[in-house]
Order: sequence, then C-alpha cells, then structure tokens
Amino acid sequence: MIEAISFTLNEKPVNLRVEGDRPLLWVLRTDLGLTGAKYGCGEGVCGACTVLIDNEAVPACQVSVAEVAGSEVRTIEGLVKNGQLHPIQQAFADHDALQCGFCTPGMILKAYGLLASNPAPSRQEIIDGMEDNLCRCGTHVRIVAAIQSAARALKGGRP
Amino acid sequence: MKNKTVQSPEKTAGTVSPAAVTRREFLKRMGLAGGGLIVYAGFGGAQAFARAARTGYAGTNVPVDFNAFLKIGTDNRVTCFVGKIEMGQGPITSFAQMVAEELDVLYESVDMVMGDTDRCPWDAGTWGSLSTRHYGVFVKEAAAEAKGVLKQLAAERLQCPPERLVTREGVIFDRNRSGSRLTYGELTKGRVIERHLEDVPALKPVSEYTVSGKPHLRRDSREKVTGQARYSGDIRLPGMVYARIVRPPAHGARRVSVDTAAAEQVDGVQVVRDGELVAVLHRYPDVARQAAERIQAKYVTPQTGINHETIFDHLLKNAPPPAVAGQAGDLQAGQKKAATVVEETYLNSYVAHAPMETHTALAQFENGKMTVWASTQSPFGVQRQVAQAVGLPAEKVRVITPFVGGGFGGKSASAQAVEAARLTRLSGKPVMVMWSREEEFFFDTFRPAAVVKIRGGVDDAGNMVLWDYRVYFAGRRGCENFYEIPHHREQVYGEWRIEPGIHPFAVGPWRAPAANTNVYARDLHINLLAAAAAQDPLEFRLRHLKDPRMRSVLEAVAEKFGYTPARPPSGRGIGIACGIDAETYVAVMAEAAVDENSGAIQVKRLVCAQEMGQVVNPQGATIQMEGCLTMGLGYALAEEMRFDNGRLQDTNFDTYLLPRFSWVPEIETVIVPNTALPPKGGGEPAIVCMGGALATAVHDATGAKLLQLPMTRERVKAALQNRKRA
Ligand code: FES
Ligand code: FES
Repeated sequence: MIEAISFTLNEKPVNLRVEGDRPLLWVLRTDLGLTGAKYGCGEGVCGACTVLIDNEAVPACQVSVAEVAGSEVRTIEGLVKNGQLHPIQQAFADHDALQCGFCTPGMILKAYGLLASNPAPSRQEIIDGMEDNLCRCGTHVRIVAAIQSAARALKGGRP
Repeated sequence: MKNKTVQSPEKTAGTVSPAAVTRREFLKRMGLAGGGLIVYAGFGGAQAFARAARTGYAGTNVPVDFNAFLKIGTDNRVTCFVGKIEMGQGPITSFAQMVAEELDVLYESVDMVMGDTDRCPWDAGTWGSLSTRHYGVFVKEAAAEAKGVLKQLAAERLQCPPERLVTREGVIFDRNRSGSRLTYGELTKGRVIERHLEDVPALKPVSEYTVSGKPHLRRDSREKVTGQARYSGDIRLPGMVYARIVRPPAHGARRVSVDTAAAEQVDGVQVVRDGELVAVLHRYPDVARQAAERIQAKYVTPQTGINHETIFDHLLKNAPPPAVAGQAGDLQAGQKKAATVVEETYLNSYVAHAPMETHTALAQFENGKMTVWASTQSPFGVQRQVAQAVGLPAEKVRVITPFVGGGFGGKSASAQAVEAARLTRLSGKPVMVMWSREEEFFFDTFRPAAVVKIRGGVDDAGNMVLWDYRVYFAGRRGCENFYEIPHHREQVYGEWRIEPGIHPFAVGPWRAPAANTNVYARDLHINLLAAAAAQDPLEFRLRHLKDPRMRSVLEAVAEKFGYTPARPPSGRGIGIACGIDAETYVAVMAEAAVDENSGAIQVKRLVCAQEMGQVVNPQGATIQMEGCLTMGLGYALAEEMRFDNGRLQDTNFDTYLLPRFSWVPEIETVIVPNTALPPKGGGEPAIVCMGGALATAVHDATGAKLLQLPMTRERVKAALQNRKRA
C-alpha cells in the first residue's frame, strides 16, 4: 500500500509516498539515490547495508521504510561536515582500514553506533561490537586500530 | 637515441593497416587528438617482440605505444591508463607511484583510469599477482620513454644539450641556467607530436627511487569512507530497470515449464524471455524480486549421488592420467633407504570466493553501442563475451569497470555482464543485474575440492629420502618440491579448471589457485615426518633447504616470532608453513589453542615473513599480507560449500562462515628486503600458508592430525579421538 512516510535523513526532512513495506535499503538506494549503503546478503547477516536509526546501527535490509517514520536516519553520506571527514572516517583512511571498500560504509556506521553507546571501548568490546560486520578483504586488524584511534580523537565524546 | 617522424594522427588517416585504424580510433577516444603529447610506435611488430623478450611477457595484445598508458595534460596533470582493475588489492596506488617515479612527476599529479576498454590498453585480466610483476614493467617503460621524448623536445625548445637537462616534479630545466625551464604541460601544450624513441631508456636504478618503495596510504580512501566511491551497482541511468532472473534450484536441473502470469500482474513489471533466459524487470530491485518469486517454474533434477562427503571418492575414481610436475632420483631407492615412511591422504573442500559485492552489471544500448559497467576482473574478456552474446563487433562494446568490491579470482568469470547486455537488447531499457547472495554462491566458480596423497620417508639420520606426492584436482601451482630430497616425484591429476563430468558446479581460480591445498598438505606432512624423526620442525625444514630465499623467510619469521626449537607435538601450539607463490617466498608461524571439549581452535598469533623482490608500496604489500592471513583463516577453519545432488546447502553468510573480528589474532609481518630482484607478486602468496600453519599448530598443540580442511570443530574432535586410538 502506498503510504506517506516522513523521516529525517542526514539531518534533512524527507517526505515519501512509497509502499511502506519496502526495505529501507532499496528505498535509500533507488528512490533517494543514496548508494553508500550496500547490498551484501539481504538477510541481516553481513552488515554492508548498516545505517544509523536514532544513532543505533541497524541493517537497512531488515527494516521497512514504514518503520523509520518519524526517526532520524543517517547514512554514510551524512557523516562529512563542512567538507571535513568525521573522525571515524578519518581514522579509517589514516589506518588504511579498507581495501575494496565495499564493507567500509557499514563498518564506519557500525563503529559510530558502538562509540555512541560506549565512547571508550576496550579492544575486546570493539571486537564484540563489530563481530557481525563481515569484511572479505581481511581488514579487521586495521579496523580495530582505526576505531581505537577514533575513540581517542573523540576524547570520550559521542561521535 | 634516434627520433622517428613527428606526425599528427590525422596524417596517418590514409594508411591502410588495421593497426593504424585501431591506433587512430584509440587516440581519438582518449581525447588526444586535440592536444597533449602523442608519441606512438604502433601495435605489435618488432617492438612488441623486443619487449616480450625483455619482460618475459609474450603473446599479448598490450600495445607498445606509451601513449596507451599515459596522457600528459596541458595542466601538467598526468593520467595513467591501465587495463587492470582495482578490487581492493591496491594497484590504483602502486601504478601511480611507478608513473611518478619514472616520469619524475609528483605522485599527487597522477590520475588513474583503470579497466575501461575504450580508454585503457588491453589486458588479459587482473589475476595471478601479475599487475606489478608484468604490467608494471609496461607502465614504467612507458613513463621512462615519455620522459625521454619530453627531454628531447625541451632540448630543442630551450636550445640546450639534452645532457644538461634535469627533470623533477613535472618540470624540465637546464642545470646551468636556472631560469631556463619548462613544465611538461607547457611543452606539450596545443601540440600533437608523434615521436618515439628507438630504444626504451633504462629504468631508474632502485637506489634512486624517491616514490616507489616508500609506503603510501591508499589513494581511494576518501571516496570509499564517504560512500562516494561508485561500484557497478551504484551507477544510475534514466529509465533503468533491475532484473531478477529465474534460476534453477540445483546444478544440472532442467526446466520443464515456467508460468510467469502471476508475476506479470505486478504493477510496473515487465517479463522478458529469450530461450532459457526468463527475467522480471522493474524499476525497483526489491519489487522485481518479489514478482519473480511468483513465477511457477518446474524442474527435473538428476540424482548424481554426489555430495560434499562422497565427492572425494568421486574425484579419485575419475582422475585423469597424471602430469609430472617434478622428479629426481628413484622412488623405490628412496623407499629402501627410508627407516620410517609416513603416508597420508589429505582432503580439501569447495570454497567460495564470496566477495562482499556480488557480481553486478549495468548495460545500456544506445546509438548502436553497448556500454556495460561491470564488476569484473576481466573487462576485455567481458567485452568479447558481450559482443558475441548480443551479436556486435567488439568495438561496439565498451566495458567500464568502476570500483570492484572484491574479486579473489571469482570475478574472472562475469556472466552477469552478458545477462545484463542480453536483457538490455530484449527490453530496450538499461538493465541492472545484481546477483543476490544466493545467486553469488550458486554461480560461483568455486575453488575445487581436492585430494592429496603423500608418501614421505626419513632415513636413520633423520634425512628426508623419499617424497611421493600426488595431487588430485587442486592443480599444479605450489606442488613443486623445493626441499633437498634425493628421491621425489610430484604428480598432478587434473587442474583447477573445469573438468567435464568431475565437479557438480563451476570451479575456477581462487586466490593463489591450487597452492592453498598443496602447501597445506605438504606442510602438515613435513611436520609429521619431523615428528617421526624426533626433530624440531623448523630445523627439520632448514636442514633440507639450500634455496637462500626460502631460508631467508623461514629465518626471518622465526626471529620475529621468537621461536625456540622443540619436538612436535610440543604442546605449545606453534605451527609453521612456507611456500613459493607468484615468485614470492613466504613463511608463516601461527600460535593456536585447541579446546579439546568443543574442538574450537582459537588462533592467538600470526607472524608472516615475505620476500618479494623490490617492493613498490611497502604499506600496500603489508596490507595484502594481512588480508591474505585473515582471509586464509576462513578456508583453514570454517569455509566449505556443502551440497547434495547439485543443490547447494550454504546459500548465505548465516551458514557459510567468513572470518570475523573475533577470529583474527594479532598479525605481525616482515618484508625481507631483496632489491636485487624486480617486484614479485604480493596479492596472493601469504594466503597459501594458512592451512598448513594452522594444521601444524593444531598438531603441535595436541598431536592430532587434521587431514581435512576446513578444521571444523567436529573434525578436530574426531582427530583428537583418532589420536587416542593410535
Ligand atoms: S545486506 Fe543487510 S546485512 Fe547484509
Ligand atoms: S574492504 Fe573489501 S570487504 Fe572489507
């Protein structure tokens, strides 16, 4: 059923007329033209499609667009401020914590969600928090290091 | 060095050879007709022959003209064109370094264009860790020749003997008159000059390198961390639709009927059919998928009786006659000398490539020309296949390779591009084919299941005297014996390529094809022989090794690890493996703990030493080593495609397990320097050691022999049981 759905996307209001049960991932990637969230599995088991919904990292393939009505959604495209990379993005670049880069937006937003709830995670907490996001290129050790240095750069503040 | 003629491309228009036409077309497409520096020497011919002799890279269509690789713009920026693609392994950075080095321009002033069949020089495909090893030579020579021509031009303009000219950061100046200078851009401005040097100037000696050999961060990071990097699935065209193709439930299944009526009811859906190809098109991929699920298709699936457990018998029964990969001495004499003979059979499973980006392609047909954006390791191969499939000449097909989200050999085959092109012709719309994860597994070209049988013997003095090695269907790469063993033979029964009637689905190259299986079997067997001879496994290897490159990596890895000798099984859980891949030497030491109740293996530490000749980007090389070790945890510990009668049982990441954060230990890497050799491969070698390093670690920890990969908990528990019985 076509519904009118409104939410905040990267700090801007969005009003859509759309089938409410369509997955957020595909609405983002087609109707809204934001291709940073990637399709990797479609079943919530890879994390490539991770976005933030009210600051919580969620697989966008598992959420319908109707479910985010009234929420604040943030995608990788919404992290750069005034041309400046977010400290987590900067840390990923500085640590070369990516190869093909396909998992990277999901990894960064997952890390964002992690630091939003735990600004000074231990190494083990980072590993536990990132566990469900897959990277086939094997950049894991660098991602852990990048998140540690992002946490330091944020000085205990929320991302 | 003598000059050839200075000529505009237009002047060659009257010539008749097909090469000239190609060349002219090529220059036009590169946008060079209007300006910049044009120097070419034709395709093929004596120069190509000379280069093949020089670089060992014969029989290719790679142009010898350096313009194919380089364009120097009037703004002094340099564009480097390569037929290779970027899938994460980092050539986007290392090629730019090579150009900057040989051309004497700023690294930052080099832009890369990769994998576009209209703009880039031909390439066979991005695999085999060849980008730096072979293609890199062409790029460096192109840059060196371009620099030589620029110097000649500058000498004429500045009226100065060429010996007095110095090149630095894109500027040529007279060392005696500091005001006398020209930028490369000024030199080429508004002129179309065709000139080439008779001989390619010598490449810089490594000792003069300032850009190559220095660590560089990836140059595509900003695009990738901001979500701006475009992969094939991110390209948008007006009027484009997404396809969902009707697929069989099992390999070998034959469709007997298909009813698309219910799908056609869905608003906005177009169903297209062409022979076996039945697809649903819709402007939203999720709606196309839902509609496709309404299609009723019936199949008959033959019962083969082959599954992931019976496959090994099937392989042994159907093995072709062997090819001998190496031999010396006489196996019977070795057998006689042996005081102890150890004989084992090793099994390895089908493993998927599982790149995070599934095979994806967008095709558009406009004005008689097909353009395909494809996630592929082989853009020129796709061009040929698409042209054939839709009945167009190859020059009417352009393949553009955006960023590729991982390949590992699996995107050497790119059937999705042909599907997209066919559907575009059928529907008249731009069509995106994005395989689902289930399709990605189903149509993968798996690393083949394989069997290795080894009979090895040691004499009373603890010397290996016998090595009888047979590998079935993994392939030859990495099976060659490099130990000093007087009586040995390596026989290869079948390669990793598709062998009719053997594998239940497609197989193909998987990161360092064959070598993962061969090194696993060899290293576990060497450890068993060391145990039989009551010797430390590192010392046992070294006493049988003369090759200085192999000794150097083993010694380096042991030093970094802080290894102390002990007889296996020492209870410490230290494993070791070493091999040669893509002409690179590599050794890995692993430390692992085994939970004897659950059978779980926790890897605690990985140390890797690699000797790969000259290293263009040490940072990139290190990351490739880390990536190899991490990815290799998967095939060693968990990855295995289970199937029955052509039906896959693992169709997504819920049961097909990839390495995760909690699996990955501390990783330490050492690059053993050797600037005396040109660059060797870096994208694959370190992965070959992972099965062997972890199997020997488990053996050292517990005495259990893991004779099958992956080392799942069940197999570990079973091996522990067998150990008790033995
Ligand atoms: S695509 Fe959503 S979790 Fe994999
Ligand atoms: S960087 Fe390629 S999947 Fe993570």
